[in-house]
Amino acid sequence: MANVAVPSRQPVPLRIPVREIVPWAIFAAALGLVLLYFVGAEQGATSIISGHAVHEFVHDGRHLLGFPCH
Amino acid sequence: MMRSLLIRGMLVGLAAAVLAYVVAWFLGEPQVALAISFEEARAAAGGEGHEAEVFSRTVQETAGLITALVVYGVAFGGLFSIAFAFAHGRIGAFGPRTTAALVALVGFAAVYVVPYLKYPPNPPAVGSEDTIGSRTTLYFTMILLSLLTTALAVYTGRLLAPRLGAWNATLAAVGAFVVVITVVFVVMPGIDEVPADFSATVLWRFRLASLAIQFTVWATLGLLFGALAERVLNGRRAAETPTSVGV
Repeated sequence: MANVAVPSRQPVPLRIPVREIVPWAIFAAALGLVLLYFVGAEQGATSIISGHAVHEFVHDGRHLLGFPCH
Repeated sequence: MMRSLLIRGMLVGLAAAVLAYVVAWFLGEPQVALAISFEEARAAAGGEGHEAEVFSRTVQETAGLITALVVYGVAFGGLFSIAFAFAHGRIGAFGPRTTAALVALVGFAAVYVVPYLKYPPNPPAVGSEDTIGSRTTLYFTMILLSLLTTALAVYTGRLLAPRLGAWNATLAAVGAFVVVITVVFVVMPGIDEVPADFSATVLWRFRLASLAIQFTVWATLGLLFGALAERVLNGRRAAETPTSVGV
């Protein structure tokens, strides 16, 4: 029998080590939560900044992205 | 590596927001305008004065809307790249493009579609001022429970895959997700604050528009990020020599 070189299965996809991901995950989660809070909830259910400016400015986006607005 | 994935995720989120704005402009804004005219007619009939405007409608539907979409897109673009980094090589032997598409599909369902089924989005004039607190809490709780259930389902699927095979393990995980989410749907209190005389057509079209906007965001994340991530990962594979430079 000829010794046929069988190509190994598909190359195993690279796994990024969890240790390498975690610091970036924390950063992205913190940033993401702050950003989403301002689009989704500020000056609606809770207010950090007084007034209605943030709420009124993102008003249409808040409605259309699916958040309760008022 | 992670740095370049995260940056690409956020940039793709920005691109997603621009595309979503086009959809929002053509599908969403006409319905918002109709809902606002209903609100104003009702206020006038009730003898209430015109609400003091902080921003004009023009500002709200251009700069305001695009800002909201960009902030949302960048936030989820970043989070998406993290989810992708965890998923790649761990949910099966998929390449970067397939992984990104799958993560986007699951993200769209978990973050938006499942909460949407319980608490669908409402246009202006729908929803009482007094319940905004509880409605916001319920909506965010629903997103959180949906994400938690998704994480458990993915974990279950990975656990079962060696025994059942990839297809059956995926089916089992999806089945478990549906069962748990059904229980959550039944337990969580319902909200129905649509005024009796509000146009059913406007409500339906508004909710479809919202779905289309979110679909645009997640489809762009999945497809565009996959293409960019492939280049990043292939670059790493090629450069994986003893003297590879750390990112």
